[in-house]
Amino acid sequence: MALDLTKEKGIPLDQQRFTWPDLVRTPLSKLDDDAFTRVRVILMNGIENESWLFQHQFARCNADLRKELARVRRVEQHQQTLVNWLLPPDQSALETTIAYEQVAVEVTATVAEHEPDPYMKQVYRFGLLEDFDHLYRYSALLDRLEGKDPNVILQSYTDIMPGRPTWVEHRHPDDDIRAHYDRKKAHPLTKIHALLILAAEQQTRNFYATVGNIYADPIARQLYAEISSIEEQHVTQYESLQDPHEPWLEKWLLHEATEVYCYFSCMHQEGNTRIKQIWEQMLAYELGHLNYVMELFKKVEKRDPFEVLPKSLPQPLDFASHRDYVREVLEKEVDLRAQGTQFVPKEKEPQDGPSATYRNYMNSKGSPSETVAAGYRWMPGTELIARAQALRAQELGVH
Amino acid sequence: MKTSGDMGKNRTGVRMSPKEAKAMEEAAANIHPPPGDESKIAEVRESYHARAIPVGSVPPPGSVKGMAKAAASAVTGKKASVLLDKMGERMAFERTGVRLYEALITKLASAGEVDSIGLTEEALRKIQDDELRHMQIVAEAIEEMGADPTAETPCADVAGVQAKGILQVLTDPRTTLAQGLSAILTAELVDNASWEMLVDLARDFGNDEAANAFEDARRQEEEHVRLVRGWLEALTRQESLGAPAHAPPPA
Ligand SMILES: [Fe+2]
Ligand SMILES: [Fe+2]
Ligand SMILES: [Fe+2]
Ligand SMILES: [Fe+2]
Repeated sequence: MALDLTKEKGIPLDQQRFTWPDLVRTPLSKLDDDAFTRVRVILMNGIENESWLFQHQFARCNADLRKELARVRRVEQHQQTLVNWLLPPDQSALETTIAYEQVAVEVTATVAEHEPDPYMKQVYRFGLLEDFDHLYRYSALLDRLEGKDPNVILQSYTDIMPGRPTWVEHRHPDDDIRAHYDRKKAHPLTKIHALLILAAEQQTRNFYATVGNIYADPIARQLYAEISSIEEQHVTQYESLQDPHEPWLEKWLLHEATEVYCYFSCMHQEGNTRIKQIWEQMLAYELGHLNYVMELFKKVEKRDPFEVLPKSLPQPLDFASHRDYVREVLEKEVDLRAQGTQFVPKEKEPQDGPSATYRNYMNSKGSPSETVAAGYRWMPGTELIARAQALRAQELGVH
Repeated sequence: MKTSGDMGKNRTGVRMSPKEAKAMEEAAANIHPPPGDESKIAEVRESYHARAIPVGSVPPPGSVKGMAKAAASAVTGKKASVLLDKMGERMAFERTGVRLYEALITKLASAGEVDSIGLTEEALRKIQDDELRHMQIVAEAIEEMGADPTAETPCADVAGVQAKGILQVLTDPRTTLAQGLSAILTAELVDNASWEMLVDLARDFGNDEAANAFEDARRQEEEHVRLVRGWLEALTRQESLGAPAHAPPPA
């Protein structure tokens, strides 16, 4: 099960290539595939997008490695396409949104559980309760806009109920910055976690910012505007966890290691054999990237890559329901608020402080997330089931 | 042939995981939702309705002849732009219709023709040609009014939005021939009613020449509905009984 990074070479970079049909395959089945297959697809799209974006930023700040970055980046681009195109066209943007929040809840939960650093753990639990609330708000929208049951997407793995209310999540930017890990002392898993959650949140922000305008309904446009803003806060929060003193090449190494770790986790737990085979191939490609960057690291940084990387991969991500864990965190920590880099009980948040002032103004003409979920309670088959049953009972009683 | 009604491992219902679903339902029953009900959503929607501006406008005629015709109908108290808007809608719909049938033909090619019920490429091509002809008939009528058939009118734009789902179903390689026919039926039913109304509208405007041409189109559209519906019924019956499909009733 363990993957020895000192030995695994993967597929060499110059042998990594695709045809268009390689990139555009039969998508997963919204109806028949396991919800966690969809979770993995969405997570890996986020991971690939982050690698792509990071390598662009790197290239913009570095003259010597532009060719090497361009070579690896081209493959990241095609991996992203291959993976993201596995989502099927019968899944509406709103249904995909439900799935994005399921990713945020379940993947953040497994990360929070396995993160070795107590402060980082706290940060993940804090963010978790916010995405958990988004799931509830979007579920209300799916039911009330499209007349669909969000549990068709969630498959009973993830609860649909309020978390830290979205309207409260709006904070002054200064209160979204967290303390960063120390690159010399942090456990490699801490670095990988920070990167993978950042990647997931960033793609969520980008997705909402892109699809929010395809809705005709004003309340849907408002809700995406609101939650996209929180996802921007989450990106701010999670990126601040990274040590800003890491050299670029060290960051690159960590990106490739994160891709390896995530594909390894996916491959490990995938039940759909067709998709499992994709994870296997992508893992081999990422190992190729990792080895390529390790060589650059030795040449340019003149250091041993295993000063940064773990020699073998940690335990894979746990793609499973974290119902009990999430409920426990919800009960204990829903009333926490962020103040600077720390978390405090809500009573300790100053009423006239920067976050309260910011939030009050943002919400001064109504709160989309409160409006959309007014009186909303999830029921199997949508809340209309209760109404329909009541109507039938009334009519049958009359006749 | 690919069919849709086969039993498999669909995971979407709560009965796939009764214990987990029950835990969710119990938790949901105990939450404190935000105050109020759905009417709060309606309030926001209404406030946007109140300040909304239309999707766009009908372009001005752009020719002397068009100006004259518009002025003439204005004298009779009628706005020629309404007729133009609806003609623009029909034209756009027929144009998309040609593409919809192209997608259906691709689906038929992979599913295989069903000769027993007359569901053949030839039959679909005939309907496709009708759509193409209708498109041209409306384009000519728009020209005749001195207007621009290349402009997208507001109703044409909205018809495009309506057709989006139909196009999604027809171009998805995973949907069955029967599902494709069902999508086309949605289009044809609306198309029928719309041609009927367009005939009446053209007559209201005293444009009998156009009304007569539209009437021919309407009759052909009626036949499209009959055929598509017959095919869909036959395929569904065939699938459910495993029995041979029957031909649609004669016209
Ligand atoms: Fe990649
Ligand atoms: Fe979220
Ligand atoms: Fe988030
Ligand atoms: Fe990579």
